[in-house]
Amino acid sequence: MDKPKAAFYWCASCGGCEESLVDLNEAVIKVLTAVDMVLMPVAMDFKYEDVRKLADKEITVSFINGAIRTSEQEELVKLLRKKSIYVIAYGACSHLGGVPGLANFYKKESILDRAYIESESTVNPEKKLPKMKTTVEGKELELPEFYDRVYALNQVIDVDYYIPGCPPVPDVVKNAIVALLKGALPPKGSILTPNKSLCKDCPRQESKPDKLSIKEFKRPYEIMDNGDCFLQQGVICLGISTRTGCESSCINANMPCRGCFGPTDNVMESGSKASSAISSIIDTNDEQEIDAIMDTIVDPAGLFYRYSLPASILGKNIKIKK
Amino acid sequence: MDFKPKIVIFVCNWCSYAAADGAGMKRAKYPAGIKLIRVMCSGRVDPQFILQAFHQGADGVMIMGCHPGDCHYKEGNYKALRRAKLLQKILDQLGVEGDRFKLEWVSASEADRFIKVVNEMYENVQKLGPLDYKADTLFSSEVAETVEQGSETTPESVTETLDNNETEEIEQIL
Repeated sequence: MDKPKAAFYWCASCGGCEESLVDLNEAVIKVLTAVDMVLMPVAMDFKYEDVRKLADKEITVSFINGAIRTSEQEELVKLLRKKSIYVIAYGACSHLGGVPGLANFYKKESILDRAYIESESTVNPEKKLPKMKTTVEGKELELPEFYDRVYALNQVIDVDYYIPGCPPVPDVVKNAIVALLKGALPPKGSILTPNKSLCKDCPRQESKPDKLSIKEFKRPYEIMDNGDCFLQQGVICLGISTRTGCESSCINANMPCRGCFGPTDNVMESGSKASSAISSIIDTNDEQEIDAIMDTIVDPAGLFYRYSLPASILGKNIKIKK
Repeated sequence: MDFKPKIVIFVCNWCSYAAADGAGMKRAKYPAGIKLIRVMCSGRVDPQFILQAFHQGADGVMIMGCHPGDCHYKEGNYKALRRAKLLQKILDQLGVEGDRFKLEWVSASEADRFIKVVNEMYENVQKLGPLDYKADTLFSSEVAETVEQGSETTPESVTETLDNNETEEIEQIL
């Protein structure tokens, strides 16, 4: 009997999601022998043409990581959608836009200028920028188009399931693969992690007081961590508005949560919800004092939307100033 | 000016809504583009509501509540104040100009102040012009259709290709 076919494609990503497969340790060998990989640019040499030759729905599952920014990525994910029964958005970037999504704060032109002209290590006196078409020795070369903004995967194609995380943790991946192989999948559109907040599983949960109150926000390097709840120590931790399932990896490494697992099901977007929660624990009613405390939050949009700008309510059609 | 902005105002049940009521009884006028949404308290207004209002086409959004110290629920309006301060900063970074979002205190007896505040807001937003947000996605309806048919495939189709032993084996290892 034929093995089920699978693809593991990357878009605008760092490769950390591929690393997370290796985190499965020995199990990864079992998984990879149980399926027939048809596309996996990081490890195997298949051409796009091989995928085009497959029949529609021939691939059982495509794991797609990374956000979408170029025409090549768009074309490939649309192709994989056509050829696959299931498409799983793998990792924070394809789930919510992720860190590459922060580029949406800037215009395409200023990004290209910075990267190819202004940056300190660049020498480019002729101010050459990448072009979609270049002629070299009479032959025309093509580059994919660089879009105006970054998209999350579900803004480009229909997505069946989401595996969140930057990167996804082994347990979440294992559970997803087992569910897939057993055919015990939840309803379409589900995020394959528990639907509760990180605080519920937090190892520092006990030191979280019933009523948090903060007079000044600090950044992680400004405190001597005493092992208590980060919010109690005045460090913004987004565990309150972030899905659990990550095994508290950051908290265990003594860093506050930054929200890579995204919101729970009953929250539209984690960014504004987190800002709401954080502002309500500020311990003053005096307007000037509130202003002063707010000034200690550096780059609020970048903080609350670190992994979710493209998927946020206004991020879908953000108007860019710079 | 031709531009007629749409402005959503969340009014608290105990003060600002009563003020709007009073303005109505006085036969005072304010522009038709202003839509009031009554909530029990200004502290009920989640920042998500405000973003959603902008997303769905509002050119300006306002929260109105009781004056500090007058909240029916003791400190709901203070919570609204703190949330508004932080949201204002975030909106700035997201490219929504400061004047498009306002928090004002209007008590039940201040029908005149209600009219004044509302008209000021309307004029300010009118000067700024429409909030030009375009729905922007690469999602094509053609792809969506082919996809929908595929997603009806039952999960069993996956297991058919794997025999049971193999599944169990994988499960054990995992």
